[in-house]
Amino acid sequence: MSTEKRRQLASIALIIGFFVVWELACIVFGIKDIVLPRPSQIITTLVTRFPAILPHAIPTLVNTLIGFALGIIGGVAIGALIGSSRLAYDVAYPLLIGFSSIPKVAVVPIFVLWFGAGFAPAVLTAMILCIFPIVVNVATGLATTEPELEDVMRALKASKLDTLLNVGLPRTMPYFFASLKVAITQAFVGTVIAETVASNRGIGNLMMIASANFDVPLVFAGLLILALLGVALYVLFAVIENRVTGWARRKDEFAGG
Amino acid sequence: MTTEVDAALDRSYVQLDKVTHTYGRGERQVRALDETDLRIDKGDFIALVGPSGCGKSTILKLVTGLMEASTGYVFVAGREVGAEPVRVGMAFQNPTLLPWLNLRDNVMLPLKIVPPFRQDYRAKRKTEFRDRIEALLTQVGLAGFGDKYPWQLSGGMLQRASLCRALIHEPQLLMLDEPFGALDQFTREELWAIMQELWMTHRPTVLLVTHDLKEAAYLANRICVMAARPGRIIDDSVVPFARPRTVAMSYDPEFVSLTQHLRELIVSARTTVEAQS
Repeated sequence: MSTEKRRQLASIALIIGFFVVWELACIVFGIKDIVLPRPSQIITTLVTRFPAILPHAIPTLVNTLIGFALGIIGGVAIGALIGSSRLAYDVAYPLLIGFSSIPKVAVVPIFVLWFGAGFAPAVLTAMILCIFPIVVNVATGLATTEPELEDVMRALKASKLDTLLNVGLPRTMPYFFASLKVAITQAFVGTVIAETVASNRGIGNLMMIASANFDVPLVFAGLLILALLGVALYVLFAVIENRVTGWARRKDEFAGG
Repeated sequence: MTTEVDAALDRSYVQLDKVTHTYGRGERQVRALDETDLRIDKGDFIALVGPSGCGKSTILKLVTGLMEASTGYVFVAGREVGAEPVRVGMAFQNPTLLPWLNLRDNVMLPLKIVPPFRQDYRAKRKTEFRDRIEALLTQVGLAGFGDKYPWQLSGGMLQRASLCRALIHEPQLLMLDEPFGALDQFTREELWAIMQELWMTHRPTVLLVTHDLKEAAYLANRICVMAARPGRIIDDSVVPFARPRTVAMSYDPEFVSLTQHLRELIVSARTTVEAQS
C-alpha cells in the first residue's frame, strides 16, 4: 500500500504546488488582479462573499444534477436500443455522430426560444451535453458482448430481455460508469453555458456579471466553485463505480469488499 | 414416410437427416457440411473428431438450434429442432463465465432462465438450488469455492465451473465444444475423469467436439471421424472399453490401436484433400 500512499501524496503535492507557483508567479512578475488574481485572493473572495455566491451555486448544482439524471435515463434507453441490434447500431450511428458534432452552445438560443430563459435551457443543455458519451458507451458495451456468451444464452432459450438483464447490462456497467465520469463534467459545462447565455441565476450568470464589472477575483471564485463541484461529483461516481464494477479491474481489495 | 421417421425416432434421440450447411452466398459460398446423416441414442456419449474446418462445431450448433440447416432436417426428441422443449447445456473451450458473478451465481444462471426452474427461482434460490449447486461443485472438486469470483481462479477451475453451469439445469442434451482444449495435460486428464463421472450420474446425451483422439476414446461411446472440404462423417466406430475408464487404460494396446486407427483416418483424409487442391 505504500506505493498507493506515495501516489496520493504526490497528487496532493502537485495540487498545492500548482497554486503556490501561481501565487509566486503573480507576485514575482507583478501581474495585476484584473488580469490574473492570486489564488489567495480568490479563496478570500470565495470565503468572504460566500453568502452571495451560494444562491448561485445551488441552482447550478441542481440544474446540472437534473440534466444529468435526464441524460442518464435517455442515454441508457437510447444506448440499450441501438446496442442490442446490429441494424439499429449501423443505422442510428451516423445520426448520433451528427448530433454530437453540433456545438452545444449553438442550441441554447433554440431552447430559450422554446422554453424561455432560466431553468429549462440550463437543464436541457446539461442533458444534451452529457447524453452522448452515455449513449455511445452503453451501445458499445452491449454491441461487444462475446458471441459465445450469446450462444450460451440462446442455447438456454433465453429471451432478448433475459439476455439483456443477465448479460448485456451487467457487462456494460464498466463502460456506463466510465461514461458517467465524463458525462457529469460535461453536464456542468452545459449548465454554465446556458446560464451564461440565458439566465439571471447560477454560477454562469454570476461570472458574466462579475466580468462585466471587472470583478475578476469573483470570476475566478466562480471557476473555483465549478471545479470543486465537478471534482466532488466525479469522486462520488468514481466511488460508486469502484463498488459496482470492481470485477472489471480485478483488484485484490475487491475480494474483501 | 412419416412412419419411417417415427420408427427411427423410437431409437434415436438426435437425428440428422440429409443435413447440409452452407456459409455465405454466391461465389463465396463455402459448404461447411456435406449431406450428413447421424443418429444419437438417448443418454449416449458421442465424440466428433477431425481436422479444423471439418464442420464439427457446425453439427453442434445445428443440433442446439443455434444455426439452421441449409437443407435436410434436424430432429431432437422426435421433433424438429427449435420446437422441442429440450433443455440444453453448453460448454466451450473458453469458460465464458460472467466476471461480475461469483461461481455460485454463475452456475445459478440456467436456473434463473430455463423452465421449469425459473418459476421457482425466487423461492428456492437460497435453499434448494443453492444446495444443488454446492453438491455439483463438490462433485467437480470445487467445494467451498462458491463465493470466489472467476478472476480469482485458475483455468482448470473455471472450466469445472463451466461444466457445472452446463449441467445444473439437468439438460437432456449436453454440447461440449473442445471444453478441455485450453488446459494443461494433467488438468485435462483430471477433468476427463470428472466428466465421465458427471455423465454416469446425470446421463445426458452428450455431443463432444474435440481435436484430442485420446480424449475422444476415453470419454465417448461412439466416435465419428470427420473430414474437411466439404465437412462430412467418414467413419463411425463404437468404443468398446468398460467404464469407468482410467488414464492408465489409455496405454492399453487396444486403446492405443483405436487412437492409431483414428489418427490414420484423419491423416489420410487430410492428404486426399491436399492432393485435390
